[in-house]
Parts: sequence; C-alpha cells; structure tokens
Amino acid sequence: MKILVSIKQVPSRDSQLRIDASGRWIQENDIGFEINEPDAYALEEALRLKEKHGGEVVALCAGPARASQTIREALAKGADRAIHIEEENLPAFDTLGVAKLLAKAADSEKPDLILTGLQSDDLGYGQTGVVLAELLGLPHGTIIMAVEIIDSGIRVKRELEDGWFQNVEMPLPAVLTIQSGINKLRYATLMGIKKAKTKEVKRLTAAELGVTPSPTASIERVYLPQRTKQTQLIEGSAKEAAAKLVEKLRFEARVI
Amino acid sequence: MSGVLVVMEQRAGVWHRMSWETLAAAQQLAAQTGQTVSAAVVGQAGELVGKKLDRIYTVQHQLLATYTADGFTAALEQLIRKVTPSIMLFPHTYQVRDFAPKLATRFDQVLVSDAIGFHVESGAPIFVRQLFQGKLNADVKLGGGEPHFASIQTGAFRADQVADGTAQVEQFAPELTANIIRAKPQEPFRESARAVDLTSADIIVSVGRGIKDKDNIPIVEELAKALGAELAASRPICDNGWLPMERQVGSSGQTVSPKMYLAVGISGAIQHLVGMKGAKTIVAINKDANAPIFEVADYGIVGDLFEVVPALVEEVKKAKS
Repeated sequence: MKILVSIKQVPSRDSQLRIDASGRWIQENDIGFEINEPDAYALEEALRLKEKHGGEVVALCAGPARASQTIREALAKGADRAIHIEEENLPAFDTLGVAKLLAKAADSEKPDLILTGLQSDDLGYGQTGVVLAELLGLPHGTIIMAVEIIDSGIRVKRELEDGWFQNVEMPLPAVLTIQSGINKLRYATLMGIKKAKTKEVKRLTAAELGVTPSPTASIERVYLPQRTKQTQLIEGSAKEAAAKLVEKLRFEARVI
Repeated sequence: MSGVLVVMEQRAGVWHRMSWETLAAAQQLAAQTGQTVSAAVVGQAGELVGKKLDRIYTVQHQLLATYTADGFTAALEQLIRKVTPSIMLFPHTYQVRDFAPKLATRFDQVLVSDAIGFHVESGAPIFVRQLFQGKLNADVKLGGGEPHFASIQTGAFRADQVADGTAQVEQFAPELTANIIRAKPQEPFRESARAVDLTSADIIVSVGRGIKDKDNIPIVEELAKALGAELAASRPICDNGWLPMERQVGSSGQTVSPKMYLAVGISGAIQHLVGMKGAKTIVAINKDANAPIFEVADYGIVGDLFEVVPALVEEVKKAKS
C-alpha cells in the first residue's frame, strides 16, 4: 500500500521565542527547527504499516528551504521518497491554503492512506488533516491511537475525552490524524542516513500547483499572554529557593 | 448574513458542559456586535428553552443518532445555508475537532480553533488564540465570505454567565442519505478500570519533559515520597512509557483538583493545564521563565530541576521531622 505522510517543520521545543519586528510572527533567524512531534508519530506509524503490509512511504512537506533538513531525517528513518512543496512565504497561506497545497500534491500520488499528526506545535490549529480529507473527498479519522488493516479498509482506534476510546471502520483511501504516543519512535540508523542521500526529493512550488495565497484567517498580532495569577517567583540558589518555598507552603499556603 | 449560531453538543440527552461556556461566549459576542444568538443541537432542546436565544434549532435525523463527521457536516451545512448566520461558534471538544474543520472548508473558511477570547474591532470579532503550546497569544482576523467559524477553549468563558430568557424551538430535518456516511463507528469503551485514582490525592507531584530521561524519574519520586504525594505526569512522559498512562493528568488523562499540585519540568501546554488548573495551590519548577505553567502557578522557581528538586526534598524532610 502507498502511504503519504504529511510532516511539518516547527521551531524546536526549547527555543526561546522572540517576537519579530512586524509584531505578527516570531524571529526565525536565531532558533532551531525540528519535525512537529505528532508528525513524527505519524511517520513512525506509516513505516510500521509498510513493514507489515509492504508498499511505499512518501513524505510530504510544505515549507521553506530549511525544511529539507526535516525531510532528510524522514528519509533517513525509512521513508522511500519525499515531496517538498518549497515555499518561503508559507505564512501567506492560512491553514486552508496550506491544505490546498498538500491536497494538490497528494492528488497526483493517489495514495491508499494519508497520515499526519493531529496538530502542529507552532500554530496548533489541529485541522490540516481533516481539511485535507475534505478537499480530497476522502473519509477521515482524528486523534488515532491504533491502525489496523481489514478487508473493507481500516479499523482505527479514536481517542475520545476523559479516557474513552472508540473503534471506527472506514474504507480506503482515507486520512488519519495521529496522536502522540501511538507507537515508539525509532532513531535513524547510520545506514539509513547514508541511504537518505540517494533518495528522491521532488520539489514543487505553489505556482506549479496552481494555488495562490488568499488567506481568510490572518494573524494580526502576536504577544506574550497576560498572567491570570500573580505568581510569587522565588529567587536564590537552589537551596535558598527550596527553603523559602517550603516555608511559604507551610505557613502561607498551609499545604505541608 | 447576520446572527451568531452556536452549535451545542449533546450525547444521549446529556450536554457537554463546554457547550454552556460557548453559549456564554456567543451571547457576549452577539451583544458586542449588535446581533442575535441562536443555538443548534443535534438532539433535544432541553434546558436551552430557558436561555436568552432568538431561536433553537433541533437537528433531527435517524442517521445522526450516532455521531459521524460525514453526517454532522452534511446536516449542519444545510442548516447554515438556511439560517445564514455571520458567525458560527463551537465548543472545542474532541467531536468538534473531528468535524468543524470539514464544515468550515465547505464554506471556503478556516475554523479559528481553540479560541480563548475575542475583542470587537469595527463591528467584527478578532479572536485570540494560543500559539506554540501557549507560549504566545495571537489576534486572528477573519476575512472572506461569511459565515466565519471559531471554536472556544474549555474554561475560557464561564457557564454561569449564560443569560436566561425564552427561546423558540424550531425542528430542522436535514436531507441525508445513508451512502454519504463512510465511517462505521462502534460503541465507545474505556481501556480498563483505573488502578490509580489521582482525583482523591491531596498532594500531587507531577513531572514533565524537563526530566529528560526515564532514569531520572526517581528524583521526583523522592519528592513525592517526602511530601506524601501521588506521582503524576504530563502526556509525553506516559507516551514514552516512563510512567504508566494511568498517571497522566490532562485532557486525555485525569482531571485533578488537589490541595497542592507541584509541576516539575512541565511547560504547561493547554492540554495539561485543563487537567490541573483547579488545584488550590500550584507550584511550578521550570527552567524557562516564559513557560505557560507560570501563568497558573501561585509559587514558581525558575531553575534547574536537577538542582532544585533534591534541595526541596531535603527541606521538606527537615520541615516534617
């Protein structure tokens, strides 16, 4: 089976974020980038399905030139080839615009299954997979914790609220958004890293895909959130701070 | 197009509590933009009839008895085309996450998901939502044709602020055929009875990504032991198998409100905060001063947990001896 995995490159988790001069996004020149964590789980699930059922895993990524690093890593982990929709000004496209780019690229691949993470760690709209499914006219499942191939298509385990789950069956092709923790992530092997260098990366542009940005949702301003509580920050060395905190917890909050 | 239409969530006659928070948001938004509010529910109107609403649409069809994204999207699309609201509001539930983006796409719109608030500029709402797991906020403006779509984060508005009144009920029967519904959902289930009940703990020590490695877990275990606390964790720790899933606090784990919640190396993504922000006293230890956990913490130490936690264990032992 042919599995397409849509991955995104996002700022590294430990990045110190600074707001840029426009006030509408962050400074990107002094931070690191990495694969969006839920997408890493989606990639892993695709690789496991391929190992079990055979076929091909194609990584699909829309992003600027720097995203090629994340694509290389996906190839090193075992994706067979990749499609890079190279677009420097991705923020000009809103979630729907990006999903249109992905849909155009996915359409010509005719995959049996499309996997992606349930949300991105940067924008966090949590809807690219669902919108992609709608644009392609495919059924979808969200927040998926298990995937099983059955005669009529797939059976997936959806996570619901408060510790509830639900099995859902649907025909293929379909789009699934994968929850973190569905599997254990692998590391790329030395052999994998070496092989990745020879794997095909097809580059496409928004213009080639015939999608022009016409955002309906636009970020007007980004800013630090206001604190809802007055936090008492306790200063000093580790030992001093620990002693002060215990004193406050005993005599002020009275919880010890 | 005018009016705010809020889609309430109900399963087997039971309301999802976030529906009422979203209704409160809808009433406030309508008041500030000079519009009326109507509500739609796939199910029964119930208590809605006593709320200040222009109209209640009860959407009824036998193909909607079990939730499917295909069925709900088709039904609500027909309702929207009939009612022609300018703004659609949803509670940001797991179910809404599953179908509302699909519905918005049918109107060539983006769902502004998980909004925590709004303000009105020149008669139009600007929605506030979180970026980077809560590290930054963003004002999001919607253009394009109406209706516009937004979903409201849990706890962002207060259900007790819903204005009472009277409302007229109108049944809406969408035209649906079985062949449009592609997914076959089965009965929801719970994995197993929970062996660990965190909800009854007085003190919880909870650990997050900052702990870096499974081998470091004993460091926080020591602290839990010293405090007589239950040990809990944020999702990534359980995803990695460093602690069992049943010790997870957050939207996909347990919701707790202990006397004290001590968060160690937890940045405080919203999925975690919703599970613990009801704690009476919240203490956060984190190396990043901008971590969202400090927004809800009463006491905070910005520092290296590998230095602070052992020091804290000593101090707690001293205090208790």
